[in-house]
Amino acid sequence: MAGTSKRPCSPCSPCSPCSPCSPQPSSPRPSSCEMFGYVGIEAVLDQLKIKAMKTGFEFNIMVVGRSGLGKSTMVNTLFKSKVWKSSPVNKLGPLPQTLQLQSVTHTIEEKGVKLKLTVTDTPGFGDQINNDKCWDPILNYINDQYERYLQEEVLITRQHHIPDTRVHICVYFVPPTGHCLRPLDIEFLKRLCRVVNVVPVIARADSLTLEEREAFRWQIQEDLKNNGIFVYPQKCFDEDTNDKTLNDKIREKIPFAVVGADREHMVNGKCVLGRKTKWGIIEVENMAHCEFPLLRDLLIRSHMQDLKDITHNVHYENYRVHRLNESHLLTKGAGWVTLSPPTRRTSAGTSRSQRWNREDTESGC
Amino acid sequence: MTSSDVARHPIYQSLGGMKTCSTSQSSKEEDDTPRCLNITGHVGFESLPDQLVNRSIQQGFCFNILCVGETGIGKSTLIDTLFNTNFDDLESSHFHPNVRLKAQTYELQESSVRLKLTIVNTVGFGDQINKEESYQPIVDYIDAQFEAYLQEELKIKRSLFNYHDSRIHACLYFISPTGHSLKTLDLLTMKSLDSKVNIIPVIAKADTISKTELQKFKIKLMSELVSNGVQIYQFPTDDETISQINSSMNGHLPFAVVGSMEEVKLGNKMVKARQYPWGIVQVENENHCDFVKLREMLICTNMEDLREQTHTRHYELYRRCKLEEMGFKDVSPENKPVSLQEAYEIKRHEFYGERQRKEEEMKQMFVQRVKEKEAILKEAERELQAKFEHLKRLHQEERMKLEEKRRYLDEEISAFAKRKAASELLQNQALNASGTSVKKEKDRKNSSFM
Repeated sequence: MAGTSKRPCSPCSPCSPCSPCSPQPSSPRPSSCEMFGYVGIEAVLDQLKIKAMKTGFEFNIMVVGRSGLGKSTMVNTLFKSKVWKSSPVNKLGPLPQTLQLQSVTHTIEEKGVKLKLTVTDTPGFGDQINNDKCWDPILNYINDQYERYLQEEVLITRQHHIPDTRVHICVYFVPPTGHCLRPLDIEFLKRLCRVVNVVPVIARADSLTLEEREAFRWQIQEDLKNNGIFVYPQKCFDEDTNDKTLNDKIREKIPFAVVGADREHMVNGKCVLGRKTKWGIIEVENMAHCEFPLLRDLLIRSHMQDLKDITHNVHYENYRVHRLNESHLLTKGAGWVTLSPPTRRTSAGTSRSQRWNREDTESGC
Repeated sequence: MTSSDVARHPIYQSLGGMKTCSTSQSSKEEDDTPRCLNITGHVGFESLPDQLVNRSIQQGFCFNILCVGETGIGKSTLIDTLFNTNFDDLESSHFHPNVRLKAQTYELQESSVRLKLTIVNTVGFGDQINKEESYQPIVDYIDAQFEAYLQEELKIKRSLFNYHDSRIHACLYFISPTGHSLKTLDLLTMKSLDSKVNIIPVIAKADTISKTELQKFKIKLMSELVSNGVQIYQFPTDDETISQINSSMNGHLPFAVVGSMEEVKLGNKMVKARQYPWGIVQVENENHCDFVKLREMLICTNMEDLREQTHTRHYELYRRCKLEEMGFKDVSPENKPVSLQEAYEIKRHEFYGERQRKEEEMKQMFVQRVKEKEAILKEAERELQAKFEHLKRLHQEERMKLEEKRRYLDEEISAFAKRKAASELLQNQALNASGTSVKKEKDRKNSSFM
């Protein structure tokens, strides 16, 4: 930003503790002190919780996949409610000629925690004869949400709480062919994993036996590795060994083989969600039948905050850097003068921040 | 920018009314607020606050306190007592020529919470004979912290989550226990700080005031603050769980505190207290002073709110003023929203033009100077030349004079030679006429004569 000419000293610079008006007050190594008794600092955790419960949470999920793979049913099963009142596209009518994105927003509450959930569906994806560039509307939508957030953040008089419409997770439904990823899948995943967190799942997994599932999963993992596609949870964002072990377990199981169902049936006297077929009832929440619980736990119970953090700290920041560097390509108004392209700034960050900052070109992350 | 971009999509529809979506082509639901959905089973997102707390624990917390007060009023002791530890601060001298701010960072840990605490002390406040410039360094320091954060936020490649937040979250203002009213210096300082930081006034060394005097003093202080329009920090009363206790505490402001890290035996316990010949003042006894209230309010109940107020109110105000000062606006003169990006470009263009102009100026000045120097040198050369000519002329004149003299001399010599020849001829003639003897004699005479 050439308009600002001052540069602050980096957080670790050894400013003398007695200098007046030094921007960074801390001495190079803050000394640690022992407290003689209980002070009550940990009450700040409760304060945080109270504040969070009051403001509520937001979560935006996008489901992508060919029609008929059970995306809407899956969303209904994840959030145990009729997120989609009816199928967004009339099943009896003709398929849409172009890709349409449809979003719906709901507020759900559980034990005092309010969640504003936005689900974006993509009917028409991969349904045409020529599917070239069918990922463009989706990419445009995702970038639009980033743009909206950026515009709000950059205002002079900002709102207290900027509404967050950025897509936190994109669930990609892979049809259960049993062979390998199709070219369309590979192209789409390649492009999308750079802008948003992507989790691929094997849809309608009840058409594969357990052995076929394992082989398919292995094949997909190979395909992902060979094409340089990094799905969530990304290896480069593991912060410490605990994270690493936890996420490694998850990475072994990706893509999850899931089945969606929103009807309940009686099994052994219990009422469970499942699909009833002539040869048995496939229980959705039974780990022996399908891996839906893993997906649910990943998305909701354990990694929801992490998904939002990575979207905000990594993907959004990447977009922002890109956008601000491209300022000389903005649409020009009246009286515009072409200046020389801005030079890239290298910020003096610590090694941890460098782990989070991804380069705009291909990175071996 | 948003609406035109959305229209570029093939078709972008929105059902159920997202608040931020402005265009839609097909039918939209009548109400714009998101629908409330009933869930029929256990989903599991009630763990979200816990996930949030876990992440915060991992990152650690940051809290910065600024202590403003005269030297010797008990700032360091109170901070030591508040956090129940010895921060190793030496006594400051009373002879500083101006006010400086000294900041120190400590890392405290209580169970799983790691706190990075920064204490900023005003050294030499109120000690000078002329106190006019006393509060300016404090204001400058606070502004510098905001500025550093703003710079970080405006960078292109930034790392905000990694940033050590040095903005002051709470300012403890120590009032001397005179029992009468606020000093002018206190009033002026608080007035200049109240829009930049959360001010919590405390009455220091409260064991020097009696109970009745204290009540009157508190009432007088609060009325003075209100009548002068000083906005001190009010504990928030919008959340039901803490509103009651907060509003009752608001009535006890400013807190009368006593600080001490020394322990005195009372009964069979050791308590923190100050021992006098006439009694023992216990720090943690609510009847003796308001220390426990201060600790409750500052740390246990409102630490998060103080941080939030700093970020959403004071920092935003600073940011807005700073950006407007730099010339950015949200709405251009034609009432079209100007993106900050465009504003930056315009500014950059301005600065670029300015720089060009300055370069031109400097170039011209340089050329001018060179010309002047050249002219001077030429002048000197000319003078030298003129002198040379003059001397040459003089020399010529002298020479001509000498030539004349020599010619004259030559003429005289030749005239003399002629006369001599003529006289010799005459003599020869005379001799020839008289005879030779005489001639010989004359010759002899002539030869002896000549």
